[in-house]
Amino acid sequence: MTALLDTDGPGSPPRDNGELVFAEPWESRAFGMAVALADAGAFTWDAFRDRLIARIARWEAEHGVDNPSFRYYRCWLRALEDVLVSAGELAPGDVLNRSSTLAERPAGHDHDH
Amino acid sequence: MSIPPDRIPPALRTEALEQLLTERGLVDPSVMERFIATYERDVGPLNGARVVARAWTDPGYRAALLCDGTAAIEEMGFSGPQGEHIVVLEQSEEVHHVVVCTLCSCYPWPVLGLPPSWYKDPAYRARVVREPRTVLSEMGLDVPPERRIEVWDSSAEVRYLVLPQRPAGTGSWDADALAGIVTRDAMVGVAEVSAA
Repeated sequence: MTALLDTDGPGSPPRDNGELVFAEPWESRAFGMAVALADAGAFTWDAFRDRLIARIARWEAEHGVDNPSFRYYRCWLRALEDVLVSAGELAPGDVLNRSSTLAERPAGHDHDH
Repeated sequence: MSIPPDRIPPALRTEALEQLLTERGLVDPSVMERFIATYERDVGPLNGARVVARAWTDPGYRAALLCDGTAAIEEMGFSGPQGEHIVVLEQSEEVHHVVVCTLCSCYPWPVLGLPPSWYKDPAYRARVVREPRTVLSEMGLDVPPERRIEVWDSSAEVRYLVLPQRPAGTGSWDADALAGIVTRDAMVGVAEVSAA
């Protein structure tokens, strides 16, 4: 496909109407993981979608649809964990355990000084 | 230190998941990054805008698009996940189409990119079905009272692209110029295209 129009820069035609696709870097990682895993056949997109629907419904039941604190990619991330657990690729406590390990890193662990 | 499961910051949780999957050989970070870059940079509403502009300037293409959206969109080179079955809805004086996904966020990625936050928002998803005229008005679009509104709920099987009405005064414009005025919101049905 050849781009006939400038797709970069402020004068570009409609891309996102001024809105970033991802609000935070982790959202793009969660998105990329799900798409790459589905593409590789770790699970079907429909199986992931079912989990996403369930996570969103659960959030809405707990918080109400008018609650402004909804964060779509949080539901997305949990749905991704759910579908991986049901596919047998993850054990239920895996992410929690690894998160705890990562949380114990000293502050500034990711900077070279 | 142990953190209650729901108190883990999502950034940390994502990092943990990515580490585990990479170690187990399920995810290749470079493949993942290619997908991310594609959807951040290359796949966006501009694709849909080109489809719309061609339909406005090429009657044969317009007919093909309304008959088999998926095939006509693929012919323009736009295909991929969430584009397997796209139905095109034509706006008219009689009917105004608006698209939602009531359960999650199904959306025609190949032509519109990833959905904006309002499309994923629980309030839009619940209310546009119940009171479309009010919601559209709040979003800045007043649909004439005599015009019927049809709300289309996307699903795993079908995703929708709205073909907006071509604005008056653009008769001499070519497809490139027209593509420049077609907005994402008009292709979801929450706005109209204006030549201004």
